[in-house]
Amino acid sequence: MHIIQELLFVIAFGIAVYLFYRKARQIRQNILLGRDVSLNDDPAARWKNVLLLAFGQKKMFRNPLVAVLHFFVYAGFLIINVEILEIILDGILGKHRLFAPLLGSLYPVLIGCFEILAALVTIGCAIFLVRRNIVKVKRLNQHELDGWPRSDANYILVTEIVLMLLFLTMNTADQALQLRGHEHYINTGTFWVSGYFVPLFSGLSDGALIGIERGCWWLHILGILAFLNYLPYSKHLHIILAFPNAYYADLRPKGKVENMPAVQKEVQLMLQPELAAAEAPAADIPKFGAKDVPDLTWKNVLDAYSCTECGRCTAACPANITGKKLSPRKIMMDTRDRAEEIGLQIAKSGSFTEDGKTLLRDYITEEELRACTSCNACVQECPVSINPLHIILQLRRHLVMEESSAPQEWNMMFSNIENNMAPWKMSPDDRDKWAVEMNG
Amino acid sequence: MQIKTMAEYFANGETPEILFWVGCAGSFDQRAQKITKAFATILDKVGVRFAILGKEESCTGDPARRAGNEFIFQMMAQNNIAVLNGYEVKKIVTACPHCFNTLRNEYPELGGHYEVIHHATYLQQLIDDGKIRMQESGSFKGRKITYHDSCYLGRANNIYEAPRKVLEALDAELVEMKRCKSNGLCCGAGGAQMFKEEEKGTTRINFERGREAVDTGASVIAANCPFCMTMLTDGVKEQGKEDNVQVLDIAEMIAQQMV
Repeated sequence: MHIIQELLFVIAFGIAVYLFYRKARQIRQNILLGRDVSLNDDPAARWKNVLLLAFGQKKMFRNPLVAVLHFFVYAGFLIINVEILEIILDGILGKHRLFAPLLGSLYPVLIGCFEILAALVTIGCAIFLVRRNIVKVKRLNQHELDGWPRSDANYILVTEIVLMLLFLTMNTADQALQLRGHEHYINTGTFWVSGYFVPLFSGLSDGALIGIERGCWWLHILGILAFLNYLPYSKHLHIILAFPNAYYADLRPKGKVENMPAVQKEVQLMLQPELAAAEAPAADIPKFGAKDVPDLTWKNVLDAYSCTECGRCTAACPANITGKKLSPRKIMMDTRDRAEEIGLQIAKSGSFTEDGKTLLRDYITEEELRACTSCNACVQECPVSINPLHIILQLRRHLVMEESSAPQEWNMMFSNIENNMAPWKMSPDDRDKWAVEMNG
Repeated sequence: MQIKTMAEYFANGETPEILFWVGCAGSFDQRAQKITKAFATILDKVGVRFAILGKEESCTGDPARRAGNEFIFQMMAQNNIAVLNGYEVKKIVTACPHCFNTLRNEYPELGGHYEVIHHATYLQQLIDDGKIRMQESGSFKGRKITYHDSCYLGRANNIYEAPRKVLEALDAELVEMKRCKSNGLCCGAGGAQMFKEEEKGTTRINFERGREAVDTGASVIAANCPFCMTMLTDGVKEQGKEDNVQVLDIAEMIAQQMV
C-alpha cells in the first residue's frame, strides 16, 4: 500500500518538474529571440541590486503599507519552500515529518514560524483581493487588464489562500492525531497557529482525521506542483525572474539613451570622408530601431516576462495620468504577448517566418509611442528593474529612421536642427545675441 | 560686462575656468534668455572666468535622439565634440538639464569627455564656498516657494538636493508638491514633446503640473530647466494665477538676491 503512494508521488512530482522544465526552456528561447547585448560589467553593483531590489524589495517600500503585505507573501513563499522540501522527501521516502526527529525541539518552532507566515500570507492575499475587486485601486483596474490579466491575478491570490489553508488544516488534523497518541503521528509539540483549531476536530474519528490529514497533504503538494506549472503562463512568473532581472538592470544613469554604433560610424564617415578609404564597406545594411520582438534586446524581453502587471509604472506615467493612450505596463504586456506568439510559431514550424504581424502597430500603436516624455517615471517606479522607456525609444527609432514616420512638427524640428543647429527656425548668427546685448 | 567666446580666449592664448554651455533655449527663447543672462551675471559677479561657444555652439541633439532620429543626434554630437575637443574644454556648466544629461552621459562614448555640471550644482558649490552671498532681507524671505524637479536633473541623474540647497539660501519657506523628487511629475516637454502637440488626453501634462504647483499655495515656482519654465508658465496661466504666482529659474532668484 505504502509503495503505491510513494510511486504515485514520484510520478506526479516527475511530471510536474518535467513540464515546468519544458515551458521554462521555451521561455528562455523566447527571451533569447532578442538581439544580444552584454550586461556583465560590474558584478558587485549587480549583486547589490539583486540583494536590495529582489531580496530586499527596496522599491516596494515606496508604498510602505502594501510593501509590508507583499513582504509577508514573499517571505512566506521563500521560507515555506523549506517546508515543501520536507513534504517532497516525505513523499518520495514514504515517511512522515522526516525532519522532526532530526531537529528535535527546534522542529515545532520551525513549523510554528511557517504557520504564522501561512496565516500572514492568507491575510495578505485576502487584502489584495479586496484591493483589486472591492476597493478597486485604480492602477489595478485599468483597461489593459481586462480579461485574462484580471482573472490571472485573482486565480493566483485565491490559489495561495487555498494552499495556505490546506497546510494549516493538515497540521490541525496531524496535531489532533498526535494528541490521541496515534502511532504514525509522532508527537512534535504544539503548533503555534493550528494548535488553536484542534478542538474543532474533537468529534471526528481517527479514520476521518487521517483522511483529512492525508487529503490536505496530497492537495497541498499537488496544488503546489500545479501552481509551479501555472507560473510560466502567468504574470506571477516575476517570483522567479525578478532575481535575474535585477541582476541585469541598467547600471548607467537613467537619462542615458543607448548609443547606435552603426549610425555613429556612418555619420563619422560623412563628417570625415578621408576615413572612408581605410574602412571596409559594411557587409549589410543594419536595421535601425525595433519593429518587432527580435529587434529588441534579450533584456527587453526578459523585462517583459518579469512584469507582474502591478501598474506602478502606469500610475506614475504623466501621459497616462493625463488620459493619453500610453501605458508603460501595456508596452511590457504587449512585448510579452508578441514574444509568446513568435515562440509558439517557432515551436510549431521550427523557425520564425513573417506572420503579417509586428509588435509595432499590431500591438503598440504610434499614438502610444508618441505620447512618451522620456521622463523615466516608469523606470523609477518598477520594483523589478523593468525599463519600458528603452522599448519605446527603439520603436520610435524604427518609425523615424526606417519609415520616416514622424509628426510634421517633428520633421520641422529635425530640419531646423540640421540647418540652423537649433530645434527652432532661428538664425545661427543670433545665437549669441543675448551676449552682445549684455556686452552693451 | 564682457562675455567672451572660447575663440576669443583661444586667440589670446588664455584658458577660461569653465565653458558656459548656453543651449538652444537659453540662446533663442526670450524667456530663457533671461535665465542665461542671470546666470552670466552671477558668474561675472563672483569673478569666474567663463567662456561661451557663441555661434560655434549647436543643439546637443537631445530632442532628435529622443524622437528617434539618431542621425541628426550623431551629426550634432560629433560636430560639438570636435569643437569642444578643439578648444580642449575640461569643464562645462549649463543651465539646461537636457544639455547637461546629453553632454555628461551621452558624449563620452562618442569621444567627448568633460566634467559637466548643471547650474543648480554649480550654484550650490558657489554658495557653499561663500562666493555667493545673499542680501540680509531679500525679497524672497519668508515667501512660500515650491520647487519643480526636472526629470533630466532628478530621475535621470539623481540630483535632488542641490537645487533645494540653493533655495534654502534665499531664506524662503520651501513647500513640496505632492509629487516631488523621484516621484516628481514631468512638465510634459521632455522626449521632444516640446516641439509638437500633445497626444489627445483628458488634460495637458503641464496643466496638471501647474494645478499641483498652484495648489501648494506658493507664490513662486522654482524651476531649473528652460523647458519646464515654458510649460509651468502656461500651466499657471491655465489656472488663472499668472498675477499671483511667478515661475522663476533658481539662477534668476539668486541673481536678484545676491550681494
